[in-house]
Amino acid sequence: MALLNGTNTSRNRFFAIMIVTFGTIILCLSMAVSIAFGAVNINLSTVWESVVSYDPSKTTHQIIINLRMPRVVAAALVGSALAIAGAIMQGMTRNPLASPSIMGVTSGATFAIAMALAFFTSLSPIGTMFAAFIGASIGAGLVFGIGMLSRNGLTPVKLALAGSAITALLSSISSAIAIHFNVAKDLSFWYSGGVAGIQWESVGPAIPVFIISIILAIMISSSITVLSMGEDVAIGLGQKTGLIRTIGFLVVLLLTGAAVSISGTIGFVGLVIPHMIRFLVGTDYRLIIPCSAVLGGLLLVLADIGARMINPPFETPVGAIMALIGVPFFLYLARREGGR
Amino acid sequence: MMYKSRKQKWKVVVFFLTILLALLFIASLSFGASFISPVAIFNSVLSSTPGQYDLVLFEFRLPRIVLAILIGIGMAVSGAILQSATQNGLADPGILGINSGAGFAVILYIFFTQGIRFESELLQLYILPIFALCGALLAAFLIYIFSWKKSSGVTPIRLILVGIGINAAFSALIIILQLKMDPRSFTQATVWLSGNISGVSWSYSYALLPWLIVLLPIVLFKARYLNVLTLGDAMSTGLGVNVNRQRKWLLLLAVGLAGSCVAVGGGISFLGLVAPQLAKKLVGPRNEILLPVSALVGAVLLLFSDLVSRTILAPSEMPIGLVVSAIGAPYFIYLLIKS
Repeated sequence: MALLNGTNTSRNRFFAIMIVTFGTIILCLSMAVSIAFGAVNINLSTVWESVVSYDPSKTTHQIIINLRMPRVVAAALVGSALAIAGAIMQGMTRNPLASPSIMGVTSGATFAIAMALAFFTSLSPIGTMFAAFIGASIGAGLVFGIGMLSRNGLTPVKLALAGSAITALLSSISSAIAIHFNVAKDLSFWYSGGVAGIQWESVGPAIPVFIISIILAIMISSSITVLSMGEDVAIGLGQKTGLIRTIGFLVVLLLTGAAVSISGTIGFVGLVIPHMIRFLVGTDYRLIIPCSAVLGGLLLVLADIGARMINPPFETPVGAIMALIGVPFFLYLARREGGR
Repeated sequence: MMYKSRKQKWKVVVFFLTILLALLFIASLSFGASFISPVAIFNSVLSSTPGQYDLVLFEFRLPRIVLAILIGIGMAVSGAILQSATQNGLADPGILGINSGAGFAVILYIFFTQGIRFESELLQLYILPIFALCGALLAAFLIYIFSWKKSSGVTPIRLILVGIGINAAFSALIIILQLKMDPRSFTQATVWLSGNISGVSWSYSYALLPWLIVLLPIVLFKARYLNVLTLGDAMSTGLGVNVNRQRKWLLLLAVGLAGSCVAVGGGISFLGLVAPQLAKKLVGPRNEILLPVSALVGAVLLLFSDLVSRTILAPSEMPIGLVVSAIGAPYFIYLLIKS
């Protein structure tokens, strides 16, 4: 695409390759540190050993593979999923405030999980994920519906306001239902957002969904770049904008739904990471999406390590840590956007 | 010929609202774990000898009703001031993060005093509003700095966006603090945070009342400045009002009202948004009338929400804050679509 070959392209591509390579290395290292760090400290070499040659008879190996590994894998997956979802949303809607948590997608997913918990008492991981998909679509549908109905369309600010109103509405309804059906305690896990105590059973079903969505995201990444230049440009270049948008939103819903079904509500990853990446590698989504995936995973793995270090032996929800990291950034954006 | 002027219209509105409040008052006394018919309530009030319902009526239901009315008044007036002073129809102490600032301070207080036994729980009840006030002031201060820009001052939209951010930050801090508490304080904090007035005693109302008695007359006195501020900064300055000074005073009053209400009732959002908006629809924007009518609407709404929270999913009882949000959030969305 000749249009994309600006002057900075080679520099951007260089940055992107650096981010993906070094990011992946640092990600793997932090995952190893995260596994080693805990109530019983384990050597990094033992971590390596248990991955390469797993010996079920050793207790440390069992702790690593069955208790600590799912947690860190979940953190990395959820982080990348939310970051990719945020990047796609920001690209497609040309809205710097777009992200799964601000647009009500995560709160929709949590709402549906609350409903499912209330009416089916016990939920299989696949059932949870399915509920989360439906809920994510409801949340996104409501916020976009409000945007369509309002007079001057979906401005960035209006989107943020609509998202927070929908979040307030859905969470109050689901809290009420949770109290009535006595599942408030189960639900609080999904609200505070965390990866503590996650088992392979709940991570497993989400992995194929992540892989499919990430492949789809990379496939449509160049079209998203064109869309991010505006609807008119995209149509002018002969793009099927409707098709791309549909696939894009499907990917967002799949990624967010799967992420919420694992870890509950974790905000701000999808907002912060794409902005950082765009600052580093420019506006080409073929570069933004892979970089977001790597750095999103890294951020959440690090935040999870932080969450365990603040107040040992207790765990702080990683969602709260992310909020504290994300809010200053949100305030910066709010100052910029609100001035318009 | 029913309404000759605005002046008469507001009298009609006040009359109907008062009747509505009275009806809700009686209904709130009647409904509950056991139904007490209005006739029995009447007899209980009139008879001088202690009757079988006295305990339920005067020690369980009445304190709660009075507290709901007081909080309704405080929150609604706080919201009305915020909306007029910032010229922003979407302002509300809950949305702006003032409530969560107050909540944070209260949680901080509970956190640091959880080991210490007080001579009486009562003392704690009177100290809490002061802490809540400090937290609310801190939040308001942060919102103000972050939304102020040299070029354009404080724009309404930026104010709300920054408020959402501050709200998220305080909520995260609250969660972190909460998890460090012992289980008993944790439960206490959780219930209180979602906005709850179930099982309150008279002392809650006594703790809130002084604040309202002091702050509300000052607000009424300042109402004329509020009228001028609604016209916009340029116009106000032209009319000889020191805009920034008066606005700061009014905002302080709004924060004081919200903080003291949060201290006794917990985080009740959207009430400060909906009540003034409805009142404005009913009686127009003149603050001398708008403020009292907002207070009345706030009391009616909160009493109604309390009734709903007790009856809709009986026998389980909802925190009142959830009911208010479920009513208020759609209204917020409606305003968003229209604006």
